[in-house]
Amino acid sequence: MSNTYLKERRSESVFKALLLLSSFIIIILLFSITLTLIIESYPSIKHNGLSLLTGDIWDPVSEKYSILPFIVGTFLTSILALIISTPFSLAASLYLGEYAEGKRSSRLIKAVLDLLAGIPSIIYGFWGLMVLVPVVRKFEELIGIPPLGIGIFTASLILSIMIIPYTTSIAREVIKLVPQDIKEAAYSLGATRFEVIRDIIIPYAKSGIFAGILLSFGRAFGETMAVTMVIGNANYIPKSIFAPANTMASVIANEFAEATSDLYISTLISLGLVLLIMSLIVNSIGRFVIMKLYVK
Amino acid sequence: MKLTSIVPLLIGALLSIHNAFSEDLTGAGASFPYPLYSKMFSEYGKQYKININYQSIGSGGGIKQLLAKTIDFGGSDAIMSDEQLSKAPGKILHIPTCLGSVVIVYNLNIKDELKLTPDVISDIFLGKIKKWNDPKIAELNKGIKLPDANISVVHRSDGSGTTAIFTDYLSKVSSEWKNKVGTGTSVNWPVGIGGKGNEGVAGLVKQVPNSIGYVELIYAIQNKMNYAAIQNKAGKFIKPTLESTSKAAEIEMPDDMRISITNTDSPDGYPIAGFTYILVYQEQKYDNRSLAKARSLYKLLNWIINEGQKFTTPLHYAPLPEAAKKKAQALIQSITYDGKPIE
Repeated sequence: MSNTYLKERRSESVFKALLLLSSFIIIILLFSITLTLIIESYPSIKHNGLSLLTGDIWDPVSEKYSILPFIVGTFLTSILALIISTPFSLAASLYLGEYAEGKRSSRLIKAVLDLLAGIPSIIYGFWGLMVLVPVVRKFEELIGIPPLGIGIFTASLILSIMIIPYTTSIAREVIKLVPQDIKEAAYSLGATRFEVIRDIIIPYAKSGIFAGILLSFGRAFGETMAVTMVIGNANYIPKSIFAPANTMASVIANEFAEATSDLYISTLISLGLVLLIMSLIVNSIGRFVIMKLYVK
Repeated sequence: MKLTSIVPLLIGALLSIHNAFSEDLTGAGASFPYPLYSKMFSEYGKQYKININYQSIGSGGGIKQLLAKTIDFGGSDAIMSDEQLSKAPGKILHIPTCLGSVVIVYNLNIKDELKLTPDVISDIFLGKIKKWNDPKIAELNKGIKLPDANISVVHRSDGSGTTAIFTDYLSKVSSEWKNKVGTGTSVNWPVGIGGKGNEGVAGLVKQVPNSIGYVELIYAIQNKMNYAAIQNKAGKFIKPTLESTSKAAEIEMPDDMRISITNTDSPDGYPIAGFTYILVYQEQKYDNRSLAKARSLYKLLNWIINEGQKFTTPLHYAPLPEAAKKKAQALIQSITYDGKPIE
């Protein structure tokens, strides 16, 4: 064997080792973030015990902490955002993946969706506060509830706009994956376009669409800035979808800087731990569903 | 090592990049005096050719950083508690630099200025007074047509020195507030919605009709908002101004200046006011600090409470009254390096 060959072999293996190392660092990073959160939240978990998850009072002055109001607030806003956004993203993805595939209008809509996904969340929050809040207030006046304009509903509206690009782009990809010959077979049997969509495309692509929705859910879950600006930051369990509330992420953003007592800081970190675990679960389910889809 | 101790170290390391010259100073803390400090430090820096870096990370952050010894001075709107002071590695001095006041802003379609008493304010923020035309408010404001509308309370959602001053005031004037809610940078609000920062509260009050909230005076002025005159301990209705804020401090004060001046005894003082402080270690020789640095800090502090005071009023901060200035001067004189006073 020639010397150059050996040299190349060696540099090849060094390169491979470097790549492996970088990948491992990512895993170690996630692992150590989780570990840090667990260690730092231990004092709070030990002190508060189960009341951390069962109570309904968040009172830094008397050091009584329950994070249940924020878990409820987070789930409510995220789920509501999904309910609002899913019909729109589904419609958009059907149009992009089936009707306008390859057309100029499809490229335009795709570009706009990418732009939507790239807007910093503080801009969404600002826009929500300036434009959406007065509109929601008018609506609240009409249906006869206290016209605050901010609250869970407004936060969900903002979130739904923010997650539309995510659901749409994943759903569009899986809709494009539906084999042409199946669709053509259906058409040849006299199916209308609507029937093809309802009976062929949606059933075929449903797990992919579901995965897209779940990933968007994960995104809505952790959104901080935009939500903080319009949700009303009230630290109790909301009584209606128009009531002000608070989410886990926005409580951390609001209170961490001025938290001084050790227990207070630890509790905010435990809030981060819960948020991390829940996001991991949601994301893992999403990935799992996508994986299953590609095996098929 | 704990996360809580690594973070200040990291921030400290970043801050100290600017700290190349031995006389340059680094501070961090309260955001309330930040515009004033920026102006003061840039003027002082030009005059004496040194760099002073101040990061507005919040009073709590300033205290944490000072305790970790990563900065030369901390900024705080709140007085450090005895518990915090006992954790400190050295004696910490509270040097007042100026005063601020918290004003009650409201969004009502009325021309005349609203008058409020401590009772009414605490009842509104406790959620006991729910409507603007409540007899208790109407009685104080005869001749003003108050709407038959629900009061929307707006408070700060982030931890803040402003909230600390406001809740300190409420705890002094209402025993119910004291027992139910208490004093702190974040509290468990009985009613209302939260806005992030003074600008967040100001924004919400401007947006939500029939709302009431509290912000620092400067934000009410900048946003051209209506704010209430408040009855002080002497029974006078006082409109918050820089003058009435300074007057709130015209009372007997302890030598260490750790005093809350809310609900002041001063007859013409505005009742929701407070000092903002610069916090320093009394003994400046720690962690290899040079005498040059200690002297630089000493000179700066002297300048802030004397020449520097001329920058307060144009930026809507209330200057220190004479008595407070004297006490602050005495505190600065007590700073030592290796046990000896600094000249």
